[in-house]
Amino acid sequence: MHRFANPTRFLRLAAAVLPFSAAVAALCLGAGLVWGLFFAPPDYQQGDTVRIMFIHVPAAMMAMGVYAGMAISSAIALIWRHAVADLIAKASAPIGATFCFICLLTGSLWGKPMWGTWWVWDARLTSMLIMLFIYLGYMALWQAFDDQTKAARAAAILALVGAINLPVIKFSVEWWNTLHQPASLITMSGPKIHASLLWPLLLMIVGFGAYYLTVLIYRVRAEIHMRRTRMLRLAQADRHAAMQAAE
Amino acid sequence: MVSRTFLMLVRRDLLLARRQGGGSLLSITFFVLVVSLFPLGVGPAPETLERIAAGTIWVAALLSVLLSLDRMFQADLEDGSLDQLALLPLPLSLVVLAKTIAHWLTTGLPLTLAAPLLGLLMQLSPDAYGALIAAMLLGTPILSLIGAIGAALTVGVRRGGVLLTLIVTPLYIPVLIFGVSAAEAAAQGFSYSAHMLFLSAILSGAIVIAPIAAAWALKLALD
Repeated sequence: MHRFANPTRFLRLAAAVLPFSAAVAALCLGAGLVWGLFFAPPDYQQGDTVRIMFIHVPAAMMAMGVYAGMAISSAIALIWRHAVADLIAKASAPIGATFCFICLLTGSLWGKPMWGTWWVWDARLTSMLIMLFIYLGYMALWQAFDDQTKAARAAAILALVGAINLPVIKFSVEWWNTLHQPASLITMSGPKIHASLLWPLLLMIVGFGAYYLTVLIYRVRAEIHMRRTRMLRLAQADRHAAMQAAE
Repeated sequence: MVSRTFLMLVRRDLLLARRQGGGSLLSITFFVLVVSLFPLGVGPAPETLERIAAGTIWVAALLSVLLSLDRMFQADLEDGSLDQLALLPLPLSLVVLAKTIAHWLTTGLPLTLAAPLLGLLMQLSPDAYGALIAAMLLGTPILSLIGAIGAALTVGVRRGGVLLTLIVTPLYIPVLIFGVSAAEAAAQGFSYSAHMLFLSAILSGAIVIAPIAAAWALKLALD
């Protein structure tokens, strides 16, 4: 981990990983979508609308997983002043926020035929909406500081404080009386979904994860290059000012 | 020695709040104004007002606390006292706790005491008054504590006020939910002890975590 605090070494690792993650993403998403949307059987209760699950559930898992990753990266960055962990957290935030939004959107589209309403203020939906707001606040905090080092540490603190929301979301369907379906994938007695729906779902989850990794690598690369460009510009401005002062 | 310094800090902030004028009175006035807008907006029908009374009072209290958070650390940063406070032998997290207590005494507590009057304005059910005040007594310190984190993160930032609101509001939502449902449960004759326990749990967690997080954030601003 500490080896990769050096951005150049990290970039080399990222360049090695990128083709694989992109390939896995393309394969799994392609196969999962085709299988789930066309070949998986319709649900006995929900009919064909169950197919929204193949996008909604992976998006929800990614939204929470990305936040957990952000919290861990932020902790690493705070404790060890790890330069690249900062950038990983910063780059993950818009991706996680988008996953969260997709989860809420597809959930709403699923809720209309199933529950008869676009939205309901139950514990699961409310806590996911809170997570979207926390994501947006986190992204706004990064933008608020000129000094990127300060921004990194402030954002890291916010990410850790907001992490309290994760167990609330996960257990909200057990702790409260909610309209949202209780846990069917990661339960104490194993998955409660039938295999014919479970396998495309797992494929989509892996595909979403690989997609996140691919986009993350692109974004962290961009962040590192932006930082370098900024430093070069600042150095150039310094030289310029020094030359002018010497005249 | 530690407790004397701690009490001195609380007293300092209370004195400053009183002398700088406007602190408590401004918050209470805003509170009353906002709550008064609702009957004017949704119409004075008593049934409607009773249904939204607890929620309106809580949201208005939340907004009043949000408005007052700016001045928690800003003035001290500007005149350099924050640097001095960081140099005290007292840990910075205890300094933050002292300032939060003073903030609650000048904002949250007056709001809680004003709430019954506003309950009258909003036709709050008589059974709900006790629950509302108890919930606000537990909830407003939480608002001050979580607000301290946001205030510490955005101190010295341009247009920090709006950013503060954006950061702190998602964290306020659980307090709002439990506070309102406590009052509404009481209004319907149910026990509200579960809600009070939740609020106590959040308060216990916030008392420990918030000063530490805010102290971290303040050290950032002082670098």
